[in-house]
Amino acid sequence: MIKGKGIPLAISFLTGTIIIIAFFIPHAPFGSFEEISLRWYSIIAGFTMLLGVDSLLRLHTNKIKRKENHWAYSIVLLFGFLLIVIVGIISTIRYGNAFLTGSGFMYMYDNMIIPLQSTMFSLLAFFIASAAYRAFRARNFDATLLLITAIIVMFGRVPISEMISPKIPIFTEWIMSVPQMAAKRGIIIGIALGAIGVSLRIILGIERSYLS
Amino acid sequence: MITIGIWIAAGLTLCIYSFLYKDNPFYKFAESFYVGISAGYWLIYTYAYVIQPMLIEPIRNRGEFVLLIPAFFGLIMLSRWVPKIAWLSRWSIAFMVGIGAGLGVTGYIQGFLIPQIQATILPITGFNITSLNNLIIIVGVITTLLYFYFSKEHKGILGWTSRIGITFIMIAFGASFGYTVMARISLLIGRFYFLIYDWIIPIFG
Amino acid sequence: MNIIKKLANIDRRIIFIVIAIVVIIPLIFKPKFPIVVSEPVQKAYDAVNNLPEGANVMISIDYDAASMPELQPYLEALLSHCFMKDFHPILIVQWQLGAPLGTQALEKIAAEYNKEYGIDYINLGYRPGYVAQMVGIGREIRTYFNSDYKGDLIEKYPVMNNIHNYDDIDLLIGLEAGATGQVWVQYAGARFDQRIVLALTAVSAPDAYFFFQSGQIEGLVGGMKGAAEYEILVDKPDMAVAGMAAQSFAHMLIILFIVFGNIAYFVDKRKKNKAKGGIK
Repeated sequence: MIKGKGIPLAISFLTGTIIIIAFFIPHAPFGSFEEISLRWYSIIAGFTMLLGVDSLLRLHTNKIKRKENHWAYSIVLLFGFLLIVIVGIISTIRYGNAFLTGSGFMYMYDNMIIPLQSTMFSLLAFFIASAAYRAFRARNFDATLLLITAIIVMFGRVPISEMISPKIPIFTEWIMSVPQMAAKRGIIIGIALGAIGVSLRIILGIERSYLS
Repeated sequence: MITIGIWIAAGLTLCIYSFLYKDNPFYKFAESFYVGISAGYWLIYTYAYVIQPMLIEPIRNRGEFVLLIPAFFGLIMLSRWVPKIAWLSRWSIAFMVGIGAGLGVTGYIQGFLIPQIQATILPITGFNITSLNNLIIIVGVITTLLYFYFSKEHKGILGWTSRIGITFIMIAFGASFGYTVMARISLLIGRFYFLIYDWIIPIFG
Repeated sequence: MNIIKKLANIDRRIIFIVIAIVVIIPLIFKPKFPIVVSEPVQKAYDAVNNLPEGANVMISIDYDAASMPELQPYLEALLSHCFMKDFHPILIVQWQLGAPLGTQALEKIAAEYNKEYGIDYINLGYRPGYVAQMVGIGREIRTYFNSDYKGDLIEKYPVMNNIHNYDDIDLLIGLEAGATGQVWVQYAGARFDQRIVLALTAVSAPDAYFFFQSGQIEGLVGGMKGAAEYEILVDKPDMAVAGMAAQSFAHMLIILFIVFGNIAYFVDKRKKNKAKGGIK
């Protein structure tokens, strides 16, 4: 019984219901329950990061143990992990907080995390250019419309278009704030309806996939 | 120390860019190293911005021992990896999901549905640009929504309204593609700016 | 015809080199392009500019290094704007990996304007569980941010004396690389009537136009172009303005790629159709 889904379902029902009631009646006891549970939520959410780190380390230590393909890179990963953790601990002891400017931890952030992360994402510029060349085809009416809008927006959002005609950026802004906005609003209303439905299903215990 | 840092940063940047030629050990090294240091960063972060200020400080200075309860719920999430007590982690997940669902119901209604529907009910007064734009917005929102209505076959009135809907959606996707190109190029500019002005130019004084 | 076919099947690495050259050359020679300010950015600027004297501006760092070139220039321009007008920026972070970016910009710009930490501005750092936190701040910010990013209790700092919840925040500005901005609008905006301006990466910006039209946000700054416009507005042209020439040429090149790719496609298609017709 205690190991089953009964208790978790009851927890979801109670917390979800009280949060909704607290929205309409923000006074005691609902208001204080909301205040406490939101704070607890925030603390528990902090631990989810540990779950991610734990899972990553397990995956890669297993890879090394089993000498799977490219296991040497798992050693690099663990080395990187240990290096920044050690530097972080030393920085915390020395400065009281690892995040102070000038700490070794921040040195690693500036010179390793920033370049690696930003370069990784900037690679996409090359791939999107290549995709534009090879795959972006006006195969039918819908694809043509998508393509023409993309070209107008790409052209209209850079200063060079303003030099050619000031009407181009104005037209681009119109696309963004009228037809584009209307479609996105339609989509977001659909998403909102879906999200409300799922939330209610969770509170009522109909949707249980998160417990499996 | 600053110069060494810039050289490390430039070296790692080039390691990642080497992938453009083909997948190679330099790229793989940089990629694995990135994942490793990011994970380590999270760990230090969790201590500095969760455990320290949200647990240790209030418990030590203000005697808020009640916070040991969420700390316990947080820790039992890690029980997922111990099969015998894995069921315990469901309690924390249920708590988080319950709160999220409760906030979601009210948040989506108050923050999305009502204001967005309100903002679509626009006046059409005579033949002018504003009225035309308002009409386009109204038609665009309704037909996009109808396109996603799959409970009935898209034939007849629903067929042609959803056809108008997909036209709007294509314009929106085209605009998003244009903006995505813009974003990616900006990131590339950022990296090249660093390589040129922080690394190469200082080398030549 | 053969040339078109050959060009259509060109090695992608040549495309990569061409795009790199088109970005690098304007970055070196820095040709100047006129930057016209769009309405959503002008409104974002006005929302800040028209705040009352000594206003508290909460700035949320909801991005990381992956979007740095798009949002960091705006953050610096915005902080300059706040300090020029003697407003009090209160920095908070929702994206863990981005926290030091906020700190760096704040320290750099505060030093330029001789502003003092804890009196003129503060950096509260990151706390987890942003949805809960955004609702919770509506009651009391100290429940989540009892100490600043260094771990010092905020009671120490006069700037926080009269700040308890959204009622004490004149404007909230979210710098967004994902959907966190929507959550600000959903909770801080709708539930607590907080005035909001969003600055987003170009990828996220199209998804915020409906909030701008509905009046749920007062201004919208999209991508590096938006940052460049803001730099012009505060009269401090910097990296975003410098990047606009490269941005322009790169966009033109990608448009050319699309046009050429399609010409090749249609030529090929016509050829295939002709061949089919011949067999018949």
